[in-house]
Amino acid sequence: MDLSTKYLGLELKNPLIVAASPLSRNLDTARRLEDAGAAAIVVYSLFEEEIIDEEQALARFLRYQDIGDPEAHSYRPVPVNYKNAVERYLEQIAALKGSLEIPVIASLNGITPSGWINYGKDIEEAGADALELNVYHIASDVEETGVDVEKRYLEILEGITRRVSFPIAMKIGAQFSALPNFVKRLAISGASGVVMFNRFYHPTIDLETLQVIPSLALSTSSEALLAMRWIGIIRGQINLSLAASGGIHSAADVIKMLLVGADATQLCSALLQNGVTYLTKMLSELNEWMIHHEYESLNVMKGSVSQAKSINPAAFEHANYLKVLDSYRAQKGVMV
Amino acid sequence: MEPRLSNKFPLSPPSGVLHRTRFDMTQKNPRFTTLEGNEGVAAMAHLTNEVIAIYPITPSSSMGEFADEWSAQGRTNIWGTIPQVVEMQSEAGAAATVHGALQAGTLATTFTASQGLLLMIPTMYKIAGELTPTVFHVSARSLAHAALSIFGDHSDVMAVRATGFALLASSSPQEAMDTALISQAATLEGRVPIVHFFDGFRTSHEVSKIEEVTRATARAMIDDAWVLAHQQRALSPDRPVIRGTAQNPDVSFQVQETVNPWYERMAEVVQKAMDRFGALTGRNYRLFEYVGAPDAERLIILMGSGTDVVEETVQHLVARGEKVGMVRVRLYRPFSPQHLLAAIPPTVTNIAVLDRTKEPGADGEPLYKDVVTAIATAENPFPHLRGIIGGRYGLSSKEFTPAMVKGVLEELQKSKPKNHFTIGITDDVTNSSIEYDPNFRTDISRAAVCAIFYGLGSDGTVSANKNTIKIIGEHLAGDDSKEILDAAEEKYVQGYFVYDSKKAGAITVSHLRFAQQPIRSPYLIGRDEAQFIGCHQPVFLERYDVLEKAAPEAVFLLNSPNPPEEVWDSLPRSLQQSIITKNISLWAVDAYRVAAQTGMGRRINTVMQTCFFAISGVLPQEQAIKRIKKAVEKTYGKRSRSIVEANFAAIDQTVAALHKIDYPREVTSRWERPPTVPHAAPEFVQQVTGVIYAGYGDNLPVSKFPVDGAWPVGTARWEKRNLALEIPIWEPKLCIHCGKCPLICPHAAIRSKVVDVSLLADAPAGFRHVPVKGREFGAGLHIMYQVAPEDCTGCGLCVEICPARDKSEARRKALNMFPQPPIRDLEHRYWEYFLKLPEYDRRKIKEGTIKGAMLFQPLFEFSGACVGCGETPYIKLATQLFGDRMLIGNATGCSSIYGGNLPTTPYTTDPNGRGPTWCNSLFEDNAEFTLGLRVAIDKQTDQARALLEQLRNQLNDELVTALLTADQTTEAGIYEQRERVALLKAALLKMDDPAARHLINIADMLVRKSVWGIGGDGWAYDIGFGGLDHVLALKRDVNLLVLDTEVYSNTGGQTSKSTPLGAVAKFAAAGKPIAKKNLALIAMAYGHVYVAQVALGAKDQQTLRAFIEAESYPGPSLILAYSPCIAHGVDMGRNITQQELAVDSGHWPLFRYDPRRAVKGENPLALDSKKPSIPYKDFITTETRFNMLFRSHPEAAERFLNQAQTEVEARFRYYEQLAGL
Repeated sequence: MDLSTKYLGLELKNPLIVAASPLSRNLDTARRLEDAGAAAIVVYSLFEEEIIDEEQALARFLRYQDIGDPEAHSYRPVPVNYKNAVERYLEQIAALKGSLEIPVIASLNGITPSGWINYGKDIEEAGADALELNVYHIASDVEETGVDVEKRYLEILEGITRRVSFPIAMKIGAQFSALPNFVKRLAISGASGVVMFNRFYHPTIDLETLQVIPSLALSTSSEALLAMRWIGIIRGQINLSLAASGGIHSAADVIKMLLVGADATQLCSALLQNGVTYLTKMLSELNEWMIHHEYESLNVMKGSVSQAKSINPAAFEHANYLKVLDSYRAQKGVMV
Repeated sequence: MEPRLSNKFPLSPPSGVLHRTRFDMTQKNPRFTTLEGNEGVAAMAHLTNEVIAIYPITPSSSMGEFADEWSAQGRTNIWGTIPQVVEMQSEAGAAATVHGALQAGTLATTFTASQGLLLMIPTMYKIAGELTPTVFHVSARSLAHAALSIFGDHSDVMAVRATGFALLASSSPQEAMDTALISQAATLEGRVPIVHFFDGFRTSHEVSKIEEVTRATARAMIDDAWVLAHQQRALSPDRPVIRGTAQNPDVSFQVQETVNPWYERMAEVVQKAMDRFGALTGRNYRLFEYVGAPDAERLIILMGSGTDVVEETVQHLVARGEKVGMVRVRLYRPFSPQHLLAAIPPTVTNIAVLDRTKEPGADGEPLYKDVVTAIATAENPFPHLRGIIGGRYGLSSKEFTPAMVKGVLEELQKSKPKNHFTIGITDDVTNSSIEYDPNFRTDISRAAVCAIFYGLGSDGTVSANKNTIKIIGEHLAGDDSKEILDAAEEKYVQGYFVYDSKKAGAITVSHLRFAQQPIRSPYLIGRDEAQFIGCHQPVFLERYDVLEKAAPEAVFLLNSPNPPEEVWDSLPRSLQQSIITKNISLWAVDAYRVAAQTGMGRRINTVMQTCFFAISGVLPQEQAIKRIKKAVEKTYGKRSRSIVEANFAAIDQTVAALHKIDYPREVTSRWERPPTVPHAAPEFVQQVTGVIYAGYGDNLPVSKFPVDGAWPVGTARWEKRNLALEIPIWEPKLCIHCGKCPLICPHAAIRSKVVDVSLLADAPAGFRHVPVKGREFGAGLHIMYQVAPEDCTGCGLCVEICPARDKSEARRKALNMFPQPPIRDLEHRYWEYFLKLPEYDRRKIKEGTIKGAMLFQPLFEFSGACVGCGETPYIKLATQLFGDRMLIGNATGCSSIYGGNLPTTPYTTDPNGRGPTWCNSLFEDNAEFTLGLRVAIDKQTDQARALLEQLRNQLNDELVTALLTADQTTEAGIYEQRERVALLKAALLKMDDPAARHLINIADMLVRKSVWGIGGDGWAYDIGFGGLDHVLALKRDVNLLVLDTEVYSNTGGQTSKSTPLGAVAKFAAAGKPIAKKNLALIAMAYGHVYVAQVALGAKDQQTLRAFIEAESYPGPSLILAYSPCIAHGVDMGRNITQQELAVDSGHWPLFRYDPRRAVKGENPLALDSKKPSIPYKDFITTETRFNMLFRSHPEAAERFLNQAQTEVEARFRYYEQLAGL
C-alpha cells in the first residue's frame, strides 16, 4: 500500500506526524517513534515567552547582581557554559537530525513580531526541514479588532519568511471569523501549509487560594471534528499543505481527516496516553481500512470527501445544531 | 549637540609639568586592558601557581573569585595545568592549606586582608621559618579596633612584619599586576616568602586602563630551575625528611639564625626580579625610588597608593622651583637601609615619614622608626639633615590628596615641625593634626576630565560607568572605525566607586577621570573639579548638594520625571543658585520614562550612559553610540536578543528625550533642601550622625566621637530614605488582626498597636483604627496597623503574607500597595501620631500568639538590610520578645553591617530607655564572645545575690527574699522584679556602706537577662564552628541564632558548609557536590542543647514558639532560622513562598528539640512540619542558585536532584524515627 504523502514539500512515508510535544525532548523516544512508523516529528515548541522570560531572568539574576554594596559586586557566578532555551533547542534539533531519517520540523511559538523571530534563521541553520509557526495570541484588548489579529499573524509570518528559505506551516486556532479567507492570505504571505488547529489550554481557579491557574487537559476525539470540517472546506479552494491536529486518537480519526483533504495528521495526546507503539497500531489500522475499502494509495483517497468533492457539500456548512441536539438521548437513570 | 568638555579642558597636560620617567611607554605593541587592581593581581597569581587556597574577606574576595572562575573555565597557568582553587573554613585554614601544599612541593598562594591576615600569622611564621617560597597577596585593610572598617590602610600588613615574610608594596592597579609577578619570581629565587600588598579599595577596586602583563612575560620571569629546586625540597616518602621538629634551648636559637643569609640576599633578589621585569616590559621598579628635584631639601617617605599622590604633588612643586622630593618604599621587609640611604638626595634637610597605620602607645609608627634607625646608624649621615618627623595619614581609606601632601611639605619648612602628626583630619583633642589648604590642585589633576555620577546601587550606574571606562579605554573586538580606535587609544581612564553602607537603596558615587596620559591620581575628585555631574536619581536633590564638586561651566545631567519646562523649578533653591553661580549647563532626561517605554523596566543605566556620551564630548557622539551598542552586544551576547533590543531602543530614544534646559539668571524655586535630620533629633544625632549621613563625616573633628566605640542607639529612625515607590495601606474593614504583616516586615516599617479608644480623640483626620478582635482584650480597645511611609522599602512582603481578602474583589487584601509620593505626607502625620501613642502593657500581652507578640514594640527598626531581607524579621522578633533585657554578640557579616554600620543603628529603646545592647567582636569568635557576656552576667548576678544576703539585715527582709526567689518566667514576673529592684536601689541609696554602693551598680543584674549570639551560616557552620561547638558543649544559658542563608551573603555568595547539595555558588560553580552540613543534628547529639529549626514565612507560630522556648531554656540554645537571601536568585517578594517550598519539599524540616521534655520522660524532639509533600524539584526549579545548574551542567543537576530527593526523604524519615522514639 502506498501511504506516502507530500507535506510542506517534504516527502512523507505516511501521513502520521508526531505533533509538537515533550516526546521530542528525548532522543531515544524520538528514535522509537521513528521505528514505530512516524513519518515526521515536530519538535517541542520554543516559546517567545520562554525565550524572553529566560533572557529577563538571566539579566535580573545574573547580569544585574550589583546592589551597590562595597563588599559584594555579585552573588552568583555567571556560568560560562550556560545554555539558554534557544541554544538547547538548536542543539536538540541538530541531535534529532543526526539520529533520525525522517523529517524534523521545528516549532516556534510567539505572539509579537519582535526579535525572537530572528531565531527562525538559527533553526534553519541547525538543520530543521521545516518550521511550524504557532501564534497563540489571545485578543483580550477591547480595542483590538479581528483585522488587527489577522494582521499580527501575517506580520509574524512575513517577518520569518523574509529571513528563512525552508517551508513554514502556520499553526492556527479555529476562532477566525472568516477562516478560508485568512488561510488564503497566509498562503499569499508565504505559508507552505496550515496546521488546524492549535489547542489553547484554559485557565482554572484554585478554590482554596482563589488564584487563577493554568490547567492541562489532553484532547479527545470529538475535538477532531472541528478540524475535519475546515480542512474539508479549504481543500480544493486554496493550494497549500494541510495538517490536522488536535483530537486525533484513532485510525478512524486519521482516515476522516485524509478523506476531507488533510495531507498529514498530527498525533500528541494519543501517543502520550497510549505510548509510542500506538502509532504502529494506527498505521496498521489505516492500512487495513484502505485495503478493505480498496484504495490503492493515499493520494487517491486524500480529499475525496472534501467539500468540493463530497456527496453533500452543503453538509459542511450546516450548523446541524438542532439535528445533533435532537439526537441526544439521556443515559438511563438520568432525569433530563 | 556640541561636545562640551573636551573644548574647555584639553586632554593633554599643560606644558611645564614633569612627565614620569619610570615607565618606558615606547614599548612595542603594548596590550592595554581596563581592570581593577584585584583582577590584575589574581591573573598573575593564577598564572604562576598550582594551588590557591582562599577564604573570602573584603576587599580581597574578588581575587579568589577570579581565580576560581578562571579555573572553572579551564584557564591554565604557565606550565599548562589548571590551578586548583579551594575555599577553606577560615583564613587560618587557607594559610595552613597553602603551607601543606608548599611542603608537598607545589606552588601555592592565597589572597586575604585585615583580620584574615591576622588569622594566618601563626602559619606564616612556620612558612617563613622553613624558607618556603610563596606570595600572599593582600589588599591591605584596617584591622578592627573599636569598630570594624572594610577600608584600606596598612595596619594589617604591619601586624605581620615580624613573621619573616618579606613585605612588598605596590601603589596602583598597574603596579599591583606587575608586582604580583615580580614577587612570585623573587620568592622562588630567594626562598623568602612575600606578602605583596596594595591599598584596599583604592588600588584593589580602582578600575584603570593599564598595560597588561602577558603570559609570555610571566613565563619569561619564572625560571623553572627554581621551581624544580622547590620540588626537590618537598616532603616525599621517596626521600623522607622530618620538618617542624621541636627544639630545646641548646639549639633553637642557633637554628633561627640559619636563615640570615637568605634575608641578607633578599633585597638584591627582589631588585633582580624587578630588573628582569623592566627588561621585558619597559616598566622599571626599584626597592626605593626617588622622585623629585635632584637637590631636594624636603622629602617625604612612604609606601602604597599614597606615593602616587605625593609624586604628583612633588612634580607640580618641582616644576615651580621647589626643592622637594619623595622616596617610595617598595620592599619594606627585609628592610635595606643601604638601598634607602642611596635613594635619598644628599641635599636633604627635613624628612617626613608617613605611615598608613597607627600603633597606639608607640613613639612613632613602624616605617618612621625604621627610617630613623637607618639614618641614625648610617656611617655618613646627611650633612644638612635637620630632622625627621613621622605622621599618620589615610587610615581606613581616609582621603589623601595633593593638598595634604603640600601641607606636610610646608610643615617641614617650619622651624619646629610637628612630630607624630596626623594629616587629613582635625584632631582637636591631642592637636596632632597639621593644617593644609584644601583648595590646592596639581597641574596633572587639572589635565584630566573629571566626571561624577550619583546613582542607586540597583539602578546600574556603577556597571554603566565601568562599561563607559571600557568604551573609552579599550579597543573592542570588531571595531573597524579607525577614528574610534584612535580616540580610544589616546585616552586613559580611571574609575573609583564610593558606596554607602546600606544594602537596600545604597547610594553610589562614581568618580571617573579621562586623560591622554596614564592617570595615577589615587584620590577622589574634589570640590569644584568635576566637569560633568550626572544625578541619576531625582530624590538625591532632596538629600545632597550634588553640585558641590561641579567645576565652573560644568555640564549637569539630571534624571527628572518633569517635562523640560518644569525641570528648573523642580530644583531646590540652593541648587539653582549653584547652577547660576557656576554657569552650569543644565540637561535633563526622563530616564525612567525612556526605560519603561523601551522595555528596560527600571534599569536606567543605558539611558544615562547614552546621555553622558551625547553631551560630554569625551568621544564623538555618533561613534560613542556605536560603541555603546557594541558593548551591549558584547555584554548580553547574541542569545539575549530581547535585552539587546531593549537596550538599543533605549539608546536610540535617549538623544531625543534629552533636553538642554534654559534657565533664568535668578533663583525662582519655592523649596529648599530640608535639613538632613529633623530639628527634633537629639543633639548627638544633629551634630554627628546627621553630619555623617549628609556626607560630611570627613569634617568632624576627633572631639566629636566616642572614645571607646560606644555609640547611641535608636538612630536609624532619623534617617528618612524614602526608598519605596509604593507602600502598603491598611484596610481596617478587611483585617482579621492576625499580626502577620508586622512579623514579616524586614524593616519594622509596619506595626500594630492596641490602645484605649479614648486616647484617639485627637487623632488626625482619617487615622485608621478599629475595635480589636479577641476576648483577651477588654472593651474600648482599638487596634491599628500603621506604615512608616518614609522607612518602608516597598518590598510588598506584608501584602504577600496578608491572608484577608475582599470577598467581592479577590485581589484586594487588608493591605494593598499604593504609590508613595501622593500619600507620603499624610501617612507621615499618621505615623508620627502612631508613635506617640502608648505601647500596650507588656504584662497583658499573650505572647504565644503572633497577634499578641506583634504588640510588643520592635527594638530593631529601619535597618539597611536588602529589600525583602529574610534575616531581619527574626532579629526583630527577638527584640520584641526579649529586647528590653537583651545583650547581643553579633558575628561579622550582613547582620553586623545592617545592624551596626554607621552612621545609624537600627537597635533602639523602649519608652523606658531599655533595649538591646549590641557588640560585634569578630567573625570567628562570636559564640565565645557571647559566652563571655553570659559568664559576666552570671558572675554579677551571683555577686548581687550574695550582697543582698550580706545586706539583708539592713534591708527589708521581705524585699530581699522576694528579690532572691522571684519567678521571672513571665513578663509580669520581670515587671515586678524591676519594681523590686527600684525599691532596692532607693533603699541602698540611703545606706552608707561600701557593699550597698557596690550593689547599686549591679542591682539590675537581679533582673533576668537574655544573652544572644547572632550571626550567619559562615560564622556558625564554618569559621566560628569550633567556638560555637564549644559553647554548646557548656551548660550556660546562651541563645545562638543562626540566620541561615546557606551562603556567605555579605561577601558576595561564596559557598559555605551550609550551602545545599547542587546549589551553585562561588567556589561551587558546578554545583555544591556535598550535602549541607546538619548542624542541628550535631547540636542535638549533645542532648542538653535546645535546638530548633524554623522558617518564619512557612510556619510563624512554630518560629514564635521556638524563640520563646529557646530563651526560657536555661542552657545553650541553637536556633537555625531559614533566611531567603538575594544570593538565592529569587525576587525577594517571593520570600514567603520560597520558605513554604523549602519546608514542603523537605529541604528545611521544622522541629524543636527541647531537653526539658526528656527530663519529663517525653521525647525531646517535636517534628513541626509534615513529611515532604512536594517534589524537591518543585522547590529548586524556582531558585536561580539551583536551576542555573540545569542550564550549565544538566547532567550533574539531574544527578544532584535525584540524590537530594533521596536525602530529604531519608532525613525526614530519620527525624520521624527520632521524634517517634
